[in-house]
Amino acid sequence: MDKDFAVRRRRDLIIAAALAAIAALTPLFVKDVVVQNILILTLMYAGLSQSWNILSGYCGQISLGHALYFGLGAYTTELLFTKFGVLPWFGMLAGGVVSALIAMGLGYPFFRLRGHYFVIATIVIAEIGLLLFHNWEWAGAAMGITIPIRGDSWLKFQFLRTKLPYFYFALALCCLAWFVTWWLENSKWGFWWRAVKDNPEAAESLGVDVFNSKMGAAAVSAFLVAVGGSFYAQFVSYIDPESVMGFQFSLLMALPAVLGGIGTLWGPVLGAAILIPLTELTRFKFGGSGRGVDLIVYGTLIVLISLALPRGLLSLFSRPKKTGAAR
Amino acid sequence: MSALLETRGVWQRFGGLVANSDVSISVGRGEIVGLIGPNGAGKSTLFNLIAGVLPPTQGSILFDGEAVTKLPAAERCRRGIGRTFQVVKSFETMTVIDNVIVGALVRTTVMREARRKAHEVLEFTGLAARAHVLASDLVPAEKRRLEVARALATEPKLLLLDEVLTGLTPTEAQTGVALVRKVRDAGITVLMVEHVMEIVMPLVDRAIVLDLGKVLVEGKPADVVRDPKVIKAYLGDRHAVGA
Repeated sequence: MDKDFAVRRRRDLIIAAALAAIAALTPLFVKDVVVQNILILTLMYAGLSQSWNILSGYCGQISLGHALYFGLGAYTTELLFTKFGVLPWFGMLAGGVVSALIAMGLGYPFFRLRGHYFVIATIVIAEIGLLLFHNWEWAGAAMGITIPIRGDSWLKFQFLRTKLPYFYFALALCCLAWFVTWWLENSKWGFWWRAVKDNPEAAESLGVDVFNSKMGAAAVSAFLVAVGGSFYAQFVSYIDPESVMGFQFSLLMALPAVLGGIGTLWGPVLGAAILIPLTELTRFKFGGSGRGVDLIVYGTLIVLISLALPRGLLSLFSRPKKTGAAR
Repeated sequence: MSALLETRGVWQRFGGLVANSDVSISVGRGEIVGLIGPNGAGKSTLFNLIAGVLPPTQGSILFDGEAVTKLPAAERCRRGIGRTFQVVKSFETMTVIDNVIVGALVRTTVMREARRKAHEVLEFTGLAARAHVLASDLVPAEKRRLEVARALATEPKLLLLDEVLTGLTPTEAQTGVALVRKVRDAGITVLMVEHVMEIVMPLVDRAIVLDLGKVLVEGKPADVVRDPKVIKAYLGDRHAVGA
């Protein structure tokens, strides 16, 4: 039985490595910039959703305010870069740390809330963050920050002539988030998180530190999402509050995981692989002057999938468990 | 030798309701003690006070010679108090083995070791064949068993069983009784809440009867069941006269 378990873990790792290798080779065949753009966003959202899944999927603390950490990552990086000349790579780390600390600071009062109340709190906090940045003159307020372009450079992590470095970074981020999840899944933290999600009271009785489990999940989750935010800022080279802290980011982190299978290792990647291209394509096909048709198409598809497979697309692949003889 | 568990003058009030008044009990090492009493006697409240779900309004609780009165449930588990829940609280989306691993992780952070321990406990509780089934797919009697298994994985010195034998078929109850004996034989002290007397009485070394929040009678099961006060509490005055 234990062998089965070890085999499954190893199999997951091999599949992930194979998928990453295939993904790494796609730019050899895909030269179209629009398609490359979609691939980059897909990988980025896969990574973000995977990170969101740590707190909301595994630990069960549904957050619809992760846009806050995404935006904090973006702003920390760009403020440090434009105001103090700190390289984005350090800004990225700083953004991650700032977000993780803020996540824990917010967790301190809010992890006492349960269920819907917690969700509402996350939405409200992210909106407050958005408003603060809207009015913060030093951080560019509503005008935002334009990242000065100094030509292609790995050091400054900006590229005009090619999108490939962004592609590889997004791939690395996605792999990192996946690997962190894979690794934590079979650790004390992973078990604690799932126990906290399923039944906090029982978890407590088994010696689980429920509060700190949530804090740990929040910190890891926020850190990774902030790194994604820094990346995005460099990628689009212009940020303003709406474009990095808007509510849509919170949704776009949650939806792939929910669609693919919340609280599962592969759910977010699977969900993002379907959802993000769909988002971009519907926008491409139905978006434009009318605005909104793409969202209708998109929304309808999500509703249909949720109705058909409430536990996510991944449930299509899980074989029914043998229930044994007892009955 | 000091008692493993002791409550001293424990009171618990919920608003105007006094659920426990001045309850002092003790449980010796290696004993199986039954905490019984009619519905509303305050058994579950006392049980929760000992498990650390809430602190008592007044009084103190000593475990293994130390005061644990204000410690949270998780810390009491680390100290060696394991418990089950009257209404089962399995981790439904996790497999049986994973449920038990959560318990085992209190004593080790090495996953291999926790897994080994969990398998051992499943073997002990007769759930080994169901290790890889989701907890939500278990039948009620198995869920009760899983509660016990999970608590055992934390390597408790004292195991608190909250009505684990209630609502089972006679066969299931017999298997349950055998398991409780096995637990005690493994050196674990057991304090069990039950209100079905016929099941507990043959099993326990000592019975403590609660009524209206107070300790009514305490002693050997054979004496307790004949005590007029107990009969009165359970059945009313008319029956006590005949006894």
